[in-house]
Amino acid sequence: MTVAASASSAGWRLTAGSPLPGFWPALGFTLAYLSFFMLLPLAALALRPWESGLDHVWAVISSPRTVRALQLSFGAAFAAACVNAVFGTIVAWILVRYEFPGRRLIDAIVDLPFALPTAVAGISLAAIYAPNGAIGSLFAPHDIRIAFTPLGVMIALVFVGFPFVVRSIQPVLQDLDVDVEEAAATLGASRLQTIARVVLPAIFPALLAGFSLSFARAVGEYGSVIFIAGNIPNVSEIAPLLIVIRLEEFDYAGAAAVGLVMLVVSLILLFILNWLQAHVVRSASR
Amino acid sequence: MTLAISDIAKNYGRFPALKSVSLFAEDGEFLALLGPSGSGKTTLLRVIAGLEVPDSGTIQFRGENLLAKPVRERNIGFVFQHYALFRHMTAAQNIAFGLRAKPRSTRPPEAAIRSKVDELLSLVQLEGLGARYPAQLSGGQRQRVALARALAIEPRILLLDEPFGALDAKVRRGLRRWLRDLHERTGLTTIFVTHDQEEALELADRVALLKDGALEQMGTPEELYHSPESAFVFEFLGDCIKLPCIVEGGIAIVSGAGVPIVGARPPQNGPATAHIRPDAFNVTVGGGQGLSARVRNVLLAGPDARIECVLDSGDAIEVRIAHENADRIAPRDRVTLAPRAVRVWQSSSIA
Repeated sequence: MTVAASASSAGWRLTAGSPLPGFWPALGFTLAYLSFFMLLPLAALALRPWESGLDHVWAVISSPRTVRALQLSFGAAFAAACVNAVFGTIVAWILVRYEFPGRRLIDAIVDLPFALPTAVAGISLAAIYAPNGAIGSLFAPHDIRIAFTPLGVMIALVFVGFPFVVRSIQPVLQDLDVDVEEAAATLGASRLQTIARVVLPAIFPALLAGFSLSFARAVGEYGSVIFIAGNIPNVSEIAPLLIVIRLEEFDYAGAAAVGLVMLVVSLILLFILNWLQAHVVRSASR
Repeated sequence: MTLAISDIAKNYGRFPALKSVSLFAEDGEFLALLGPSGSGKTTLLRVIAGLEVPDSGTIQFRGENLLAKPVRERNIGFVFQHYALFRHMTAAQNIAFGLRAKPRSTRPPEAAIRSKVDELLSLVQLEGLGARYPAQLSGGQRQRVALARALAIEPRILLLDEPFGALDAKVRRGLRRWLRDLHERTGLTTIFVTHDQEEALELADRVALLKDGALEQMGTPEELYHSPESAFVFEFLGDCIKLPCIVEGGIAIVSGAGVPIVGARPPQNGPATAHIRPDAFNVTVGGGQGLSARVRNVLLAGPDARIECVLDSGDAIEVRIAHENADRIAPRDRVTLAPRAVRVWQSSSIA
């Protein structure tokens, strides 16, 4: 408190007279915690690539194989997050709005991708979607291959990111009173108009949050993807796998360089998503 | 008649929410559905709007079967108890919603929608607040936005569910008068639900009193207040004091004194319960013909003086008398309470 009181800037003084003190210890704890668990390791990652020279870093990240892997990782994660946004919303809707036998079971199943070891999920997905698997064999005659292609990568990412969208939207939907939809109906709106103009705008910030989480999770996913992906360089090899390959070649700087690119791109994308979300929330509750 | 509701019944599982309710509304009438919670009044309103499907019965509007149409085709304005405004839209966008939702062929041009919204904003006295979001409006203002939104579609009937339920007493009285004025100006057939008898009696042309999913009595406020057909109606429309009495030859003997019975049907002789309004007593200090009681407290703030007494039987009752008659009464006095008239319903507890 004395520190706050002696601070001269008007902005800082705001916390001085609070009847519920706690800002300074909480901020101190937050900074220490973040430093230990996030900032220090990330700083180490940011410093590592430069050890073997700028040329090497550039050579690694501009090699076609790296570029392809990064494109696949971000592209498939984005596609998976889009799929999850659509179907996660429908599942959340069903779980919140309707009472039916087995609802609780479905509600519990939604969380399974959180709990299941990702490798287990990856192996099962690979077995089912392989050309001789239960689902893969249905598509094989039409010359559609799922496992060992970017499509397979996306399916694995849909699996791991699914709960995020459902769990983000559920509480908001629960909060959205049915009478708002009824009001739209009495005003002559069709069901589709009601969903597009009343329900979706109301849940949009939550949907965006779920999308971001699902996307972030998918970008970094490793365990479930490598089994179904087949890991063919330039085709179905994801960036995290490439990092592991570089590590196995003792090219630590190269591995760190790919990691750094992922870190920077993820950070930028999450910033944009967060900004978008804040912007939507602000314009909705002005 | 404009709106004819016949034999509407609705069950929620085993709970009967409405048991064969029939009533009608004339063109331009202002109708109140009054009743305690759980009496089915809101369910009936929602059935008319199409938000609930009745198990049986018919609703005709100018000869057309209303139940055959889905909600959005009924063109009935509905104002929700908690307003149900669209939070992400401004007041003006809320009001325009019904017009913008129309199919392209019948949708008015954007300029017409704008001018209609402005017109409605001034009708509900919210000029200049069209750009505000619901979160930036007070409860009373939100209520009026909800009303303007319902009026925008030029409904054939306007339904209001507890329109003043969530507002504080003063705003409520102001809005009540304003709604009455608005109804006189628009001439729209209006039905509103309330549990507040004062509101119903003050606003409505006619009041339908519901009890346990059935219509108890329907009539003008005067009819209901002055000729209640059952003890329930009498008790619901105002404070009521119940005293044991014996009916003999058309008069009630209350505590040894004969009191005239008002009301249509003279009850049968025998023990019964007398119902009396708290302002229907003569209070005299000292002994006399009537109920003897001891004064516990005299409350002089308010339009009437309220005298809290304890009867000799131990029951506490509160009677109301004019202020000039209360001057000579003080706490701990012994007084005699003489009812001027009573109402008696035979086996009122069963009916």
